[in-house]
Amino acid sequence: MIRVVVKRLLIGVLVMWGAASLIFLIVRVAPGDPVSILLGPDATQDQVKELSASLGLQRPLAVQYVDYLGHAVRLDFGDSYRLGHPAMSEVLERLPATAELMLASTLIAVVLGLTLGLLAGGRPGSVVDRVVSAAAIALQSFPTFWIGIMLILVFALALRLLPSSGSGTPQHLILPAITMALPFTAIVARLTRTSVAETLREPYIQTAKSKGLTDRQVLLGHALRNSLLPVVTIVGLHMGGLMGGAVIVENVFSWPGLGSLVVDSVTNRDYEVVQAATFVIAGIVMLFNLAADLVYSQLDPRIRLEGS
Amino acid sequence: MAESSSGSDDLLLEVSGLVVDLPGRVRAVRVVDEVSFDIPSATTVGLIGESGSGKTMTANALIGLLPDGAIVGGSLNWRGEELLTATASRRRGLRGHEIAMIFQDPLAALNPTQTIGRQVGEILRRSGKSRAAVRERVVELLDRAGIPAPAEKLGSFPHEFSGGMRQRAVIAMALAGNPSLLLADEPTTALDVTVQARILRLLRSIQEDAGLSMLLVSHDLRVMAHVAHQVVVMYAGRVAERGATSDVLRQPAHPYTRALVDSVPAVRTKTALAHPLPGTPATPSNRPAGCAFHPRCPLARERCRTEQPALRAVAPGRWTACHFAEKVLDA
Repeated sequence: MIRVVVKRLLIGVLVMWGAASLIFLIVRVAPGDPVSILLGPDATQDQVKELSASLGLQRPLAVQYVDYLGHAVRLDFGDSYRLGHPAMSEVLERLPATAELMLASTLIAVVLGLTLGLLAGGRPGSVVDRVVSAAAIALQSFPTFWIGIMLILVFALALRLLPSSGSGTPQHLILPAITMALPFTAIVARLTRTSVAETLREPYIQTAKSKGLTDRQVLLGHALRNSLLPVVTIVGLHMGGLMGGAVIVENVFSWPGLGSLVVDSVTNRDYEVVQAATFVIAGIVMLFNLAADLVYSQLDPRIRLEGS
Repeated sequence: MAESSSGSDDLLLEVSGLVVDLPGRVRAVRVVDEVSFDIPSATTVGLIGESGSGKTMTANALIGLLPDGAIVGGSLNWRGEELLTATASRRRGLRGHEIAMIFQDPLAALNPTQTIGRQVGEILRRSGKSRAAVRERVVELLDRAGIPAPAEKLGSFPHEFSGGMRQRAVIAMALAGNPSLLLADEPTTALDVTVQARILRLLRSIQEDAGLSMLLVSHDLRVMAHVAHQVVVMYAGRVAERGATSDVLRQPAHPYTRALVDSVPAVRTKTALAHPLPGTPATPSNRPAGCAFHPRCPLARERCRTEQPALRAVAPGRWTACHFAEKVLDA
């Protein structure tokens, strides 16, 4: 078990290096540069040269890259030239808000998705199954920003029940969390439904029934855990993916998290912050994947054996 | 070879006119058609036939675990109680405690994510026994099923067991509820030949020691000869013949049984090549008119093509569904 974790963490270091390198390249290849944005269109040639030099941008790319990696391993991504203070501290300051949003929406998605999936998969072909399956496909097809805007229109503007933007109170969390949770719920529900229906066809379910267990005992005692195996993997992967969804949702709801920071920084060519944020997001995605694999191995004894 | 039925003659289960229809793509398919036989107490009854003969569906109907949409008719008289009209909860209550089942593939029949101890003890735990009592009983059951060092195996998972050990665990699990009737659906088919004999011996000794009844479903005549007191031969969802095992196998009263017996290779004699059954088995969805066996039968006449033979007694305890049973018996 420990060996597996260590091995996965070592691979994780490689992944982080890849992510850091890729984002270094992408921000520099992308059109526009921080100097012209900071100085505006009227800047003189001398001013541009001077600022480039002070930001270290006139050095060869390879030198910049080595310097960047050397600092990155110490989690130092330099100062944001837009905000003045260290890029990493800016990112870490925004992280809790995004984490709050992610955890809230994951909680909603897992609880709601599992329940609906169990209800539907427990009786394939029933009315409940058909309603859940149809609703899930619909929810999965709507774009996140559209769901967000619709929720704002209904609950904030029409019914005036909840605030449309900002943060600070639990009421502020509800709409963005639901927006992020709905497509995720649909994924969890559909997957759970398929998995439960499949598991119920396994011969050991027949065995459980031959012991005189009720349908509910069979479902919860024998089918649930085994159906969860694929769901755990998807939840882990998707929680990483929520970081991407956060970029959209946070902008729709003006939620002061990592997602809106990334968008602002990209628009302003704030290389340091974009790099620091990407690095942190990559790390989070990696950790969630690792966590999913570990939970999976705890659920399935056959995997546990291979790892040790 | 097991001789005449051991134990008393009182009936545990009386199957009469059992019919099972499964929903098909176009219309319902009758997979079990007017099947009747008795399971006396403390007796092993063998249900033999090729795949598609309806033997597994018959066993599933007895324990009440047919696929969704199946329609059952006829009568299952369990110690004077009609099972087919019993409530769902009454039937569930019998399952595991009165009627238990052993399945063909022990790996598939065991839940891969639960320990052997947990699965064997489940029925005990759910009946409210203390943890210590459950544990003690599970060790006893595993020991009875021939699993060495049972106390150390409680925390093992199915994939850590060999095929034979898994089947022993499944047997222990079936015995946990202390049933009166054990349904064993091809219990040795998925196992190595050397392991098969040991599992059969175990099943026979359990049946004898506990004085329970067993319905053994198999396509293997040798298995029947070793374990079953009585056999029911099925063909295309119907009973072809039934009677005491030794009588039926030594002197078949149905051409199908005769063909089955002839198809078994005799290892010790020089005529090593057995006579395989000609033709392909009739399936319930494509059953020939008249006697379903007539296209493969050497004795078939015009009558066999049109008139379905009824099950009739040809000797005390011998029932057959063949127009020309007497001819078969004399041959």
